[in-house]
Amino acid sequence: MMNPAIPPIRPAWGSLQRRTKVAAAESTTTMPKPGGGRLRLGVDVGGTFTDLLLLDEKNGRTYMAKVPSTPQDSSVGVLNGIEKICRIAGIDPHDITEVMHGTTVATNTVLTSSGALVGLVTTKGYRDILQIARSYVPGGLGGWVIWNKRPPLAPLEHTIEANERLDAKGAVLVPLDEDAIRRDLTVLLSSGIQALTIALFNSYVNDVHERRIAEIAREIAPHIPVSTSAAVMPEMYEYERAETTVVNSYVRPVVSKYVSNLQNEIQRRMGADVNLRILRSDGGLSSAQGAMDQPVNLLMSGPAGGVAGALWIAKQGKLKNLLTFDMGGTSTDVALIQNSIARTRRETRVGDVTVRAPSIDVRTVGAGGGSIAYIPALTKALRVGPQSAGAVPGPAAYKKGGELPTVTDANVVLGYLPSDAKLGGDMEISRDLAAKAVGTIAEVLGKSIEDTAEGIVRIVNENMVGALRLVSVEQGYDPRDFALIGFGGAGPLHANALARIIKSWPAVIPPGPGVLCAYGDATTRLRNEASQTYVTLVRDVTDAEIAGRLEDLAASAAKELTAEGVSEKEQHVVYQVDIRYKGQGMKLTVDIGPADFAAEGLAGVTTRFDAEHEQLFTFALDAEHELVGLRAVVQGAEKSFVNPETSRDGPDSSAARVQATRIYADGAWRDGHIYERGKLRPGNRVAGPAIVVEMDSTTVILPDHVGVIDDVGNILIWPSDHKNAQ
Amino acid sequence: MPARIIETSTVPFNRVAVDPITLDIVENALRNARNEMDAVLFRTAMSPGIREQHDAFPMIANHEGKMVVGQFGSFLYGFIAGYDGTIEDGDIFITNDPYSCGGAVSHLNDWLLMMPIFHEGKLVSWAAMFGHMTDVGGKVPGSLPTDAKMIYEEGIIIPPTKIYRKAQLQGEILNILLHNTRMPEWNKSDFFAIIAALRLAERRVRENIDRFGADEYISAMWDMLDRNRAAMSAIIQMIIPEAKDGKKAYFEDWIDDDGMGNGPYKIACSLHREGEIAYFDFSASDPQSFSSINFLLNEEMFKMFFGAFTINLFDPQILFNDGFYDLVDVHIPEGCILKPKKPAALSCRTHMLGRIFDLMGGLLGQGAPDALNAAGFSDSPHFMYSGFNQEGEWYQLFQIGFGGVPGRPAGDGPDGHSMWPAFTNVPNEFLEAYFPLRIREYSTIPDSGGAGLHRGGNGIVIAYEMTERGEISIHDDRWLTYPWGVNGGEPGLRSTKRLVRTDGTEENIPSKCDRIEVNPGDILYFNTWGGGGWGDPTERDAELVLLDVRRGQVTVEGARRYGVVISDSKLDAAATEALRTEMKARPKPVGLFDRGFTSIEELKSRCKAETGFEAPRAPVFRNRPRLMAAE
Repeated sequence: MMNPAIPPIRPAWGSLQRRTKVAAAESTTTMPKPGGGRLRLGVDVGGTFTDLLLLDEKNGRTYMAKVPSTPQDSSVGVLNGIEKICRIAGIDPHDITEVMHGTTVATNTVLTSSGALVGLVTTKGYRDILQIARSYVPGGLGGWVIWNKRPPLAPLEHTIEANERLDAKGAVLVPLDEDAIRRDLTVLLSSGIQALTIALFNSYVNDVHERRIAEIAREIAPHIPVSTSAAVMPEMYEYERAETTVVNSYVRPVVSKYVSNLQNEIQRRMGADVNLRILRSDGGLSSAQGAMDQPVNLLMSGPAGGVAGALWIAKQGKLKNLLTFDMGGTSTDVALIQNSIARTRRETRVGDVTVRAPSIDVRTVGAGGGSIAYIPALTKALRVGPQSAGAVPGPAAYKKGGELPTVTDANVVLGYLPSDAKLGGDMEISRDLAAKAVGTIAEVLGKSIEDTAEGIVRIVNENMVGALRLVSVEQGYDPRDFALIGFGGAGPLHANALARIIKSWPAVIPPGPGVLCAYGDATTRLRNEASQTYVTLVRDVTDAEIAGRLEDLAASAAKELTAEGVSEKEQHVVYQVDIRYKGQGMKLTVDIGPADFAAEGLAGVTTRFDAEHEQLFTFALDAEHELVGLRAVVQGAEKSFVNPETSRDGPDSSAARVQATRIYADGAWRDGHIYERGKLRPGNRVAGPAIVVEMDSTTVILPDHVGVIDDVGNILIWPSDHKNAQ
Repeated sequence: MPARIIETSTVPFNRVAVDPITLDIVENALRNARNEMDAVLFRTAMSPGIREQHDAFPMIANHEGKMVVGQFGSFLYGFIAGYDGTIEDGDIFITNDPYSCGGAVSHLNDWLLMMPIFHEGKLVSWAAMFGHMTDVGGKVPGSLPTDAKMIYEEGIIIPPTKIYRKAQLQGEILNILLHNTRMPEWNKSDFFAIIAALRLAERRVRENIDRFGADEYISAMWDMLDRNRAAMSAIIQMIIPEAKDGKKAYFEDWIDDDGMGNGPYKIACSLHREGEIAYFDFSASDPQSFSSINFLLNEEMFKMFFGAFTINLFDPQILFNDGFYDLVDVHIPEGCILKPKKPAALSCRTHMLGRIFDLMGGLLGQGAPDALNAAGFSDSPHFMYSGFNQEGEWYQLFQIGFGGVPGRPAGDGPDGHSMWPAFTNVPNEFLEAYFPLRIREYSTIPDSGGAGLHRGGNGIVIAYEMTERGEISIHDDRWLTYPWGVNGGEPGLRSTKRLVRTDGTEENIPSKCDRIEVNPGDILYFNTWGGGGWGDPTERDAELVLLDVRRGQVTVEGARRYGVVISDSKLDAAATEALRTEMKARPKPVGLFDRGFTSIEELKSRCKAETGFEAPRAPVFRNRPRLMAAE
């Protein structure tokens, strides 16, 4: 999801239309027509495909469609998809009441450096704030020898200083020189900039000067969008706040244009009363206007859709604790879901850009199906990635001229991706070309082609394990308490092997693993939050004072939901308190409901904090507690959906067998079968080694493992001797 | 006598053949473990030095004490050789005494914690980490007294000591340590943060052994060491020429003064190769100083510097380790400023330590143009500020400054960045919220980076306005010698410090000083130095120079150093061409390096005029190293 510019692991470039038609035909024959009632549409735009999922709230029925993405203007693809899915479902577009959209427009804008020319206003003495950044040079000892810094997203030649200054308590030390800033803004705003950021020192305590400068800028150039740092990120740390706000400005014109075009087109076809909502990085939904004003909150919108989809699937399958594993062409996103809640953090990273915007704690590894394996001459180590074959030339197996061995080629050599053209639609995969590519490094390693291919897969899996550890063990969670859900184009190929390394059972392959993000989009709740930095020792404040502040924040966050038509009754409020030991730099976020806070007060917060500190870091201190920030999160009511009735079959899965095959695993060729996913019924068992193919993905079940189809169509992969496999 | 390792199992490890792919997997698992150690530490430590600036370094070693993952090489050899006692399961050792661990840590502020990791009765690995404590007692806040003559003035000295015994914290010992510092709360939290990181490493090592088996794990570590050795052997052959006719590469650089009016102090090194062994010889360096600028340079750490610099050019993904140590021979004579004799003071060794970066570049670059960088921000200058506020509470700040990364073959040097791994600056809003000061300016200094085809990074100015009465200390360098340029690149600007009092009087503050009294409203302008330039500045694209000017990194006047003439914010192409032609016709400086002076004497002769300070006196040494060796 992170890399829309990259092909999924099994692109079918020339034959896309045909595959889509096949999918459509399947859907129409297996699904009855929906009745009346609310229809929610989830739309996920990837680099190659736009996925759509239509959900009928009344009876829980779903319809899927996949159309080619249209990178020059993604909304074209979305509209094509809407047309298609309405045809599949046999409905009128006007029947759709809500469109939920996960978008990678903001992410792409950053990754491809195609954002706006941003002007920046800083406090006098701070014009180099982005140039100096945190003085950090990546890499180890001597890393500076090869590191070149990327120029700031707001160029220095378009940065001006305001003569003004506040102190750390918000008092004005130097009043704003309005004449000077008006003069300088007039020049800056006519210099060709497309967006303006105002990020002043200490504005997180008092943004009076930021707001005044914004007013002046709007007077001079009403057409240039202005972002102020205290509005985008009202938190301490001047560089992070400025960078976050600049990124907001950087992606804003692109996102605004996209969202407003899409909204206009959707309303034209579906009627003015349809609601367009955009999925935010933190898994919440934003109104179209909210998305246009604060697009920095959308940088993880795509991956958040995947996690939301995994959450939804997990609920249907009664799985509470999940590691999510979303593997695409060049990168892989992993996240952790505990007790049906995705872990979030207050930082978002895209490429080498880091912003302080809340997002689902998704870690991205720069490795995917297209990652290239190579051997540095000096060390003779086998390395995989970060270089990728991309869409062009792509993996060697795809016959697009690629010659370097990729992870996909290794999967082809091993038989995990069947090269038989008659299978899984109309893939054109050449095992010979894959083997030739892998052979180039097998020779250097002095190993067989198969062993080398298995080595490539094992190394890329180890990279994934590193990321899975970051979201689990590093946060104090034991991966053995979690199931692993694999999706995205390549997730189902690797999920079994990963689960084996980190002992996260079962490995879950949801139905339609390639459209899981659209599932997530369609099933997400409205969410809004309001926060403030509030640094004070716990002993210096009363429970009543903090309760009052939290209630005010909740009321402020609830406004948008109320405006979106969520009644007060349906709104669910959670307080979040950022807290640490006095003197620490990090903070932990403690969640506490209004009722619990009323009963326990700050003592309840500090107790929870001590417990989490001990879980994360093995120790708690008897030091004083310090509050850092307060936040209220308001969510709309959770929708429950009725599932389509499905009958349970026996364990025999032979009806879904397509043909015999063999795969290479643990150093030897093993005989097994290829299955067609669409023909597997709940209750069926598929013994490994097996390959399960479907429209948009391929699942590997390793030897000594078994896939069990659960009531909602997930494949649950267990070790054959696991007690739950019986 | 060396430490005795108590193992309950006598079964030796078998070296088994490890599949190369398993090897890569163990390598990744250890890399992840190290990153996790950092993450735990930075999140839980309290002192801004560790927490925000990341002045702490983790390591995982094999059972023999060889670093397999880490940054500065093993901290363990000196400790194991010098510790008279047992090493048992459940022990964790602490020390901060450079003289007890062969310089594994190099001043008392660095608390080093070392934990042996046992599995089924056998030592299988070590985890270790050191971190800079803001204060360890001694005569000045921050424990870095410029004028210390003996190490006893620099704080509490902890010989290698079991701070955990049979997994039990020796609380009374810890209490003694904490009682001797001005910031016990910070030290305590930083201490436990390091322990948490070590425990994490222990868990990871045990998981790896469960996953792969002890013999495979131990053998994989050996293989990783061998792999590095093979790679470094090739690199050494590639970039270090054999001494032909006795001709060796030689480079020298200086620390400007010792804070007591003497200087500069020379560090010098020669380099050549015989067969596959590289020889570094520091014999021509000056003897030890009377003040605290001495640097007890651990030979292994120097090897690690050398390896890390060069390997980055060939396989940046490699997990760099100790395996190549026998390919490098480092000679430092005893009594030299890089190997002072106890009880010489050591606290302000940071300048000498950083200067190794420049020395390395100048030395290696002679044989390998790819490794030839200009001189950069080869230091971690300190700013310290402390006192009692109006409520009578003690405040104490220790902060590291950043400057210009040099022009390099790879490109321009970044402005105001760190050349130490992981280091970051402290956010100024954080400083203002927690300390009695305001940062009035935080920006780069135009023209401070040396001109070159690849520009040296600019230094930065930090304007500290104090809001309480107190004292400040400064430890800085390169106020006299310049960060040199290479391949036709020019030197960068020197550092300066200026204190502006509320009554308008101004004074230049020397580079190294302690306990300067300050009052509310006083502003200290701390200007760090820029990086040297790389390559001929007249070769730099004139449009790029124009952009530098528009960005405020180079001034219109400074652009002339590039032979670029700008008038009315536009490039004057004709004047630029004329100026460049004229500049190219000038005689070229001889040699690779442009130091900005012809001799130390010549440099000193213009010291007063240029810096406002008297030139330092040539240091007088008590004992020549040769005499000391004969004692």
